[in-house]
Amino acid sequence: MTGRGRIACRSVQSPMADLLLARPGYFALLLHGLGITAKLFAVSWVAAIIVASVLTAIRATSSKIAQGVIALFVEYHRNVPGLVQLFVWYFGVPQLLPRDWQRWINRNDGEFLMAAIALTLYAAAYMSEDLRSGLRSVSSGQSQAAKSLGLTYTQTMRFILLPQALRNALPALVNQTLALFKATSLAMMIGVAELMHAVRQMENETYRTFEAFIVASICYLAISYLLIYLGSVASKRVAMSKR
Amino acid sequence: MIDILRDYGLILLIGQYPQGPLGGLAMTLVLAALALIISFPLAILVGLARVSTWKPLARVAAFYVHTVRGLHLLLVVFWAYFLVPMIGGKDINATLMMLFALVVYESAYMGEIVRAGIVALPTGQTQAARALGLSTPQIFGSVVLPQALFNMIPSILSQFVVLVKNTSLAYVIGVDELTNAAYQVNGQLLTKPFEVYGLLAISYFAICWLLGRGVSLIERRIVKKRSGATPVAVTVSQPA
Repeated sequence: MTGRGRIACRSVQSPMADLLLARPGYFALLLHGLGITAKLFAVSWVAAIIVASVLTAIRATSSKIAQGVIALFVEYHRNVPGLVQLFVWYFGVPQLLPRDWQRWINRNDGEFLMAAIALTLYAAAYMSEDLRSGLRSVSSGQSQAAKSLGLTYTQTMRFILLPQALRNALPALVNQTLALFKATSLAMMIGVAELMHAVRQMENETYRTFEAFIVASICYLAISYLLIYLGSVASKRVAMSKR
Repeated sequence: MIDILRDYGLILLIGQYPQGPLGGLAMTLVLAALALIISFPLAILVGLARVSTWKPLARVAAFYVHTVRGLHLLLVVFWAYFLVPMIGGKDINATLMMLFALVVYESAYMGEIVRAGIVALPTGQTQAARALGLSTPQIFGSVVLPQALFNMIPSILSQFVVLVKNTSLAYVIGVDELTNAAYQVNGQLLTKPFEVYGLLAISYFAICWLLGRGVSLIERRIVKKRSGATPVAVTVSQPA
């Protein structure tokens, strides 16, 4: 392109049309990335809460073997970087599965599936630790009373102990929720087309690095603050009335 | 797994060194240690700024801390990859970019630990120091900080474990550390991803678990030494 051509090109662009997000396609790309991030976060969060509750309930039994296995599970996820956990699931685990399964995974968005599994287990390990300390702060009278009323172990956990543990652990769980949300950006490393991935694509195509990263930072900060706010609302709602 | 260790163990441990640049696990530990050493004085400044009675300073520090805590380190690394060459010239080392990102990120988290340590001291300490006629720098320099920092030793050391895990993101910008070394080994073997990444996970697990044990040993000794005074157990949630 000649120098004259370039100048002519620039003169027809209004400053508004030069904004990255105002260019055709990029806003839609960003929204798509946000959607995938939201989906990945929601799926992993719900699954992590369930897995963490089950782990906490099993760990509270008197079985030494179960306690040991879960302790190892928690220690693994706390001592290995999230990125490495993701790589183990995405690159490593499919190798152990039968061919049919591998093909099924590849056909059904294996990147998303493996990212969701890795993030779920990662968050569940941290959350189960929070729930465990929440459970320990529920007074032992509660479980004794439940037992004397004839509730089974599962019922006691489900209706008496876990709800109270959840309330005690809420501030810590909000922190883990935030950490999980931020960790969804790691999924770009295995090619999930989430928010960070979309921003990198914008940057690669336009070389507008500054704008692209500003957009990403604002999106992540806005959602992080929203989660913190929701957490504080939830804490107020479940706070025990002082007697 | 044993044969991978035999063939590629040295690359995973120290990279191309001494023929080439340092890499592998050694690079991971060096990066983490440097980041901790550089972040520490900065974190003290951040912590002091957070408790400052001069509002604009406290607000700027709070803005910095909250911004960093709302972002994943991955994004901070991308920012460093973009900004550091603008400041330090085009041919700057990726390792320095990663170090910059780690320091910016870690100073915010550690700054919160310092702040918590200062806030947790009984106010009687400051009041007594003021009654003795000490100036504000003297109060912080010789009364508040020595006690607060001593109580915070376990929390700050456990940040080293967090940093070791966080260095794995240096892989993203091509720094030759442990995760990157494993990625390259996997690229050469091609058929054994589970073994290679399993080995990588086990390595991180062993290092971080041992370091964690060490930290809790030190913590127990400090609690013993300080029995009477309440030690601060600061937990700033920051999984990597």
